[in-house]
Amino acid sequence: MRSGGEKNRAGPSAPAKHPKPHGIRMTTATMLRTFCALVCIGLAVSAHAKPAATPAAAPNVNETCLACHAAADAKGTAGKSIAVDGPKFTTSVHGEFNLKCTDCHTDVAADKIPHAETLKPVNCANCHDAAVKEYSTTVHGIARKGGNNVAATCTDCHGTHDILRSKSAESRTNHVNLEATCVRCHGDKITIAKGKLPGGDIGSEFHDSIHGKALRSAAKMSAPECTDCHGAHNMLPKSDPRSKVARANIPDTCGSCHQPEFKAYTNGMHGKMRQQGVLAAPGCTDCHSAHAIQQHEAAAFQTGAINECGTCHHESLSTYRDTFHGQVTALGYARTATCASCHGAHDVLPPTNPASKVSKQNRLATCQQCHAGASANFASFDPHASRHERERNPAYWYAAKFMEYLLIGVFAFFGIHTAFWLYRSLRVKFGGGDRKEP
Amino acid sequence: MATALPMADSTAAGARRSIGVAQRYYRRFTPLERIMHVALMLTFVGCALTGLPLLYSNQAWATTLSHLLGGFETAGVVHRLCAFVMIVVFVSHVVLVFGKAIARRNVLAILWGPDSLVPQPQDGIDIWRNLKWFVGRGPRPQFDRWTYWEKFDYWAVFWGMFIIGGSGLLLWFPVFFAKLLPGWMFNIASLVHGEEALLAVGLEHELKTERRFEYERLTRESRLAAKEAAPPTHESTLFGWVVGGTALSLGIVAIVLIVYSAF
Repeated sequence: MRSGGEKNRAGPSAPAKHPKPHGIRMTTATMLRTFCALVCIGLAVSAHAKPAATPAAAPNVNETCLACHAAADAKGTAGKSIAVDGPKFTTSVHGEFNLKCTDCHTDVAADKIPHAETLKPVNCANCHDAAVKEYSTTVHGIARKGGNNVAATCTDCHGTHDILRSKSAESRTNHVNLEATCVRCHGDKITIAKGKLPGGDIGSEFHDSIHGKALRSAAKMSAPECTDCHGAHNMLPKSDPRSKVARANIPDTCGSCHQPEFKAYTNGMHGKMRQQGVLAAPGCTDCHSAHAIQQHEAAAFQTGAINECGTCHHESLSTYRDTFHGQVTALGYARTATCASCHGAHDVLPPTNPASKVSKQNRLATCQQCHAGASANFASFDPHASRHERERNPAYWYAAKFMEYLLIGVFAFFGIHTAFWLYRSLRVKFGGGDRKEP
Repeated sequence: MATALPMADSTAAGARRSIGVAQRYYRRFTPLERIMHVALMLTFVGCALTGLPLLYSNQAWATTLSHLLGGFETAGVVHRLCAFVMIVVFVSHVVLVFGKAIARRNVLAILWGPDSLVPQPQDGIDIWRNLKWFVGRGPRPQFDRWTYWEKFDYWAVFWGMFIIGGSGLLLWFPVFFAKLLPGWMFNIASLVHGEEALLAVGLEHELKTERRFEYERLTRESRLAAKEAAPPTHESTLFGWVVGGTALSLGIVAIVLIVYSAF
């Protein structure tokens, strides 16, 4: 097992990342056995190959155990399964290193069988001390320490007797399998409720997201799985400023793959605000969401992002909704201009900046993206005209006032007219004594 | 709205006068006028229904209605189609009115007099009398061919056709019109297009009537016989009810939605 958090997803593992057998502390082994093992494994590592040689002094311990544990229906006295798949262990990464059962189950001695009914939990830190230490700082480790016994431990992600190297296609921690591994808890309603897992059913959100779909496509090796954003053993809570998913770090995390967008974003107003420490400025997930990321052409995303802009730009959203553009998108159709159509998305700049899509210099070209043949007059339309701002839109203001009074006047006059009429007609009908006609 | 109006017996007062024409029907509009009226009614409802979702796009019902109408693009096509027919009807109406008047050499009559829709002093007197009747200080007034509220309704439509039709064309062909007009005209166009439409929908269902004066005048001039008609058949009455009822219901639905959205 690697102790580092970063996973090398595409290529073969680098030698430096291979397990370091000399880190194994064999508490029950003799000096001679330790020496032999070190020599053999040392040779294997230097040769970049599987440790081919079998340590001379590790013969029958595992067979001794499997004598009882091999049967698939083997049960302890309490009726719990005690079955261990021997061949699977042999092909596991630990089997590869010819570890003995007692290397992990340290409270069992091969010469004292049967062993105690209840064994101590296996302590992975006996060998993987750095990884376990790192785990204790992760969101899972912290939750465990806080008494949440649903939070994932080593075996929840890596397995037990069947642990494989991450690069192996069947491994639970293989690039294409990690989603399923995480979703075993983060997509399971009972576990979510029991462990109060944040974010709810992330499994189905991610499954339908653009990343989830990419993981099932031919491009799966370049699509991100959970740990690519969250880290594995460095999966810090997002409240930790060092976390890859801390609010301040999200653009960097996304930008590690989406470089052109990252560049546009850092040059844009929102990215600049972030550089000045304004964390309220939107980052990637504010518009795109974290787990439910959709294709940016999707109407639901396009129209949804408008409301997201409106969470800060209230006035602009409200005046936009008064225009045809804003009305059509409010109905859920993305055929008309959204905020990003005119202002840009990642590279949004203030209109005073000459490089902005809505600057005086660029405005007409921006209109012409959709309205071919638009003239300078056309571009002088105010797409954010406010009927309440006399200075900004005097003609619009007067027109609005006129219409207001016209509507009130007409409806008031005819409202009263009709009310009186109804009253009089009823009196006539029910013989309430209308005056005699002339 | 009715193609044939049961004139004399439509009110208690009419019945009381017992002038012996209670079961007679008179044709107020020519067949062409009736076709144009139906076209206007249908296109009006068509425009209103396809336009309302945009005007109330922040309401949940607007999204539902928009999808019900086949989406914003389909609704847009229907809206423009209805608008086009409406403009054709409107222009035909103006041409017909003047054409007829020129043929009869009485252009002045459509501009002034009891048959004219142009407001005149008599309307002021009528309003005053009607208001007096409302507050119980006078007899119920009788009207000639056009009551003042019918005239108002007519000119509201006339004005509305210019404002809504004009602004609609601007919004339909913005690139073309922007060659002639400044950008802020389009801001105003989209504003008045919606608000005038509200006014039109709101005023659409006005009016019941007393039209004794016209009856008397026509009798006096012995022109009534020419307008007498066979009573409407059962089928045509039913048809009138179905078409009129549908239009009225759609209009009421529109008004209910508008009022609902105001709160």
